[in-house]
Amino acid sequence: MEKIVFDQLQETLYKSKLPNGLEVCILPKPGFNKTYATFTTKYGSIDNHFVPLNEEGKLRVPDGIAHFLEHKLFEKEDRDVFQDFSKQGASSNAFTSFTRTAYLFSATNNIELNLKTLIDFVQSPWFSDKSVEKEKGIIGQEIEMYNDNADWRAYFGVIENMYEHHPVKIDIAGTINSISKITKDLLYTCYETFYHPSNMLLFIVGPVEPEKIMELVEGNQAAKDYKDQPPIERFFENEPPEVAKKKNVLKMSVQTPKCMMGFKEQNPTRQGSDMLKHELSINLALDLMFGQSSENYEKLYDEGLIDQSFSFDFTEEYGFGFSVIGGNTQKPDELSDRIYEMVKEFRDSKISAEQLERIRKKKIGGFLRSLNSVEFIANQFTRYQFNDMNLFDVVPTLESLTVEDIQEAVRDHFKDESFTVFQVLPKG
Amino acid sequence: MYPIISIPKQGGNGMTLIQHEATVLDGIKLHTIQTDKYKTNTVVLQMKAPLKKDTVTKRALLPYVLQSGTENLPSTKQVRRKLEELYGASLYVDLAKKGDFHVISIRMDISNEKFLSEQSKILSDGLQLLSEILLNPKTEQGSFDSAIVQKEKRTLKQRIQSIYDDKMRYSNMRLTKEMFPDEPFGLHIYGELDMVDSITGKELYEYYQKAIQEDSIDLYLVGDLEKHNVSEIVKKTFSLGRRGTEEGAVTEKAALDVTENEVIESQDIKQGKLHMGYRTGISYKDEQYYALQVFNGIFGGFSHSKLFRNVREKESLAYYAASRYESHKGLLIVMSGIETKNYDKTVSIIKEQLEAMRSGDFSEEEMGQTKTMINNQLLETIDDAKGMVELLYHEEIAGYSRPMEDWLDGIEKVTKEKVVDVAKQITLDTVYFLKGEEA
Repeated sequence: MEKIVFDQLQETLYKSKLPNGLEVCILPKPGFNKTYATFTTKYGSIDNHFVPLNEEGKLRVPDGIAHFLEHKLFEKEDRDVFQDFSKQGASSNAFTSFTRTAYLFSATNNIELNLKTLIDFVQSPWFSDKSVEKEKGIIGQEIEMYNDNADWRAYFGVIENMYEHHPVKIDIAGTINSISKITKDLLYTCYETFYHPSNMLLFIVGPVEPEKIMELVEGNQAAKDYKDQPPIERFFENEPPEVAKKKNVLKMSVQTPKCMMGFKEQNPTRQGSDMLKHELSINLALDLMFGQSSENYEKLYDEGLIDQSFSFDFTEEYGFGFSVIGGNTQKPDELSDRIYEMVKEFRDSKISAEQLERIRKKKIGGFLRSLNSVEFIANQFTRYQFNDMNLFDVVPTLESLTVEDIQEAVRDHFKDESFTVFQVLPKG
Repeated sequence: MYPIISIPKQGGNGMTLIQHEATVLDGIKLHTIQTDKYKTNTVVLQMKAPLKKDTVTKRALLPYVLQSGTENLPSTKQVRRKLEELYGASLYVDLAKKGDFHVISIRMDISNEKFLSEQSKILSDGLQLLSEILLNPKTEQGSFDSAIVQKEKRTLKQRIQSIYDDKMRYSNMRLTKEMFPDEPFGLHIYGELDMVDSITGKELYEYYQKAIQEDSIDLYLVGDLEKHNVSEIVKKTFSLGRRGTEEGAVTEKAALDVTENEVIESQDIKQGKLHMGYRTGISYKDEQYYALQVFNGIFGGFSHSKLFRNVREKESLAYYAASRYESHKGLLIVMSGIETKNYDKTVSIIKEQLEAMRSGDFSEEEMGQTKTMINNQLLETIDDAKGMVELLYHEEIAGYSRPMEDWLDGIEKVTKEKVVDVAKQITLDTVYFLKGEEA
């Protein structure tokens, strides 16, 4: 077991890679009541085209299957795993993103028992035709809930505008039609391919003794008969650098229009420290351009183009990346024109050192605040690890960024042909 | 896997789990909670006054005007730059309904200097900034700055309208309005759309001066406070010139003698929102409060509860089906998102679950499981600074304090009989359904 001390943050991380390939990370948090653990596979909604384990040919699976599988892992032949956790005083949950599926629990007692339950239920699938059919009604209502959510539709609308082929444009839960094609056998195929320990990471954070926890996990895994598995082959069509659609509009039952704008990353293949540097640079740039302390924010607010729902963020994974900017507005067309102009102006001007220092301080403070949350630590650490980055490198990297680094990242990301607009407008 | 619906925070003031000290200073009650488990120090200022139709909209506007500029930092941009210089201290203003009170919150999170490479006095600077926002706003001749007021009125109107766009929040607002048509509790915390335009900067400033004098004001500081003399800093920076905190109004519990009311509305949406409002007759200070929590846990608070198991797992009618209780007015709300055609079936399953509770159709195992989960939830809540403040603030709303030990003990001692009594007492007031338009 490796022990890594982060002096400035006063945190110590313990990690180990087990013989079957599973990565285990433990971050003790004395003083907290809660222990939070996530068991995550590097498998999400975009992984819909791959070579199944022990097969030769490629397979394309129905949209939404990773999320469907996440729901069905909780059901076993004789019981529901939610009940197991709850009898042991733990709350359990799970989520599926574009690139990951995570299973988790939080508890204030019975930590070892709950941890064992978490690992064992994820590692013992049981699917039946009947239970697969039953889930279609529940997930159907989950899909409809999101379909009625205007903010969600606006966010996904702008992503859909960007991509010609990449499956990031598909809804994570799929559609009522796509999930109707999911079968028990397809679930097993996906499970066998993507849930091998070598594709997974276990993170435990809370008032725990790292040695004891590591021993428990090692013993649990050693008792299971996992064969080595070759690397997973996943396929993605070539994606053109420019956006697929420059603009799209959706009419919904809302009173206030929403306008979301985005820039598509043209070369989303960075990993490791390059990726960390790039994503922090774009985040700093967005704050410099549109943060509440910026001239632009002040102008847009004074002109009545934005309100406090205005926000921005940047997402990057291997194979796709985008920034999304926007919110509620009474004048969606005017807002998108102004944002586009402001980005162009920023791209052509020089960032002052004083501005950068201020935003850098803000980002460091924001990161410290995030570390109060055990959920943030476990989920973000896992994402960083899957992209060969380390969460605890954030502060040193922020401290190292120069005006030139940011200007280079800005020129690279905010390109004219990468810009797209999606509006949600009131019906009728 | 299942949606997280915010669960009301349980109350209690722990002697050992929470190191909480309260002192009454010049009109402000200062609460300090010492802990070194966070990377930041949290500051929460709460101002409470009774909900009233003629002040609700002004109160909804006030915190947003306050955070938009001070005499020394006369614009949002300058306030925000100052926060950035304080190592990205965060500042949020918010509104809440707690019982019959309309609560304004101003919250800051400030990095603990010991994790920064540069040493500075950011906690006292942060408190100084908060004091400026609260006590030294940008004014012009006995009025708030008119440009700021104008902008914030526009934003407030948009905020009120946006409730309509979030169908779950909209349904909650409609249900509350139906349950309390002529009472202050039926008002929405964002105020009334048609009242916004008429508010002037002068009128709002007069209301502000009154609020500073008459509201109950609580200031919570959570974090690594030992090395700072916070009570001295607060004494110096928050001088209100008041005699002391007045204890006045209390929340009136909702009466139980109601007849069932059904309200069905339609909009162009895909999923129907079913919200059922019950009256419990039980509030934070009642002995029955413990049994209410256990009742809610077995009925609909968790994924092992009757609602989740029967509406979702057994019948596949919904993705979420849950209940939550309100701690001061004495309410319980059931929420579920369903297909419009399944309305009657879902309502009758929910009613059957309450009947089952009334007839004692739940096991000792369910009782034990639920108690453990409540215990767990409480301990997790106090791991979060905001959660801890929410929990402690119940005491100010109810005017009643309950040490954590009593609370845990109270839950432990709840018997099946007491849960059945709660179930029998709970009365259905309104079934609200927002359905999709028929094709």
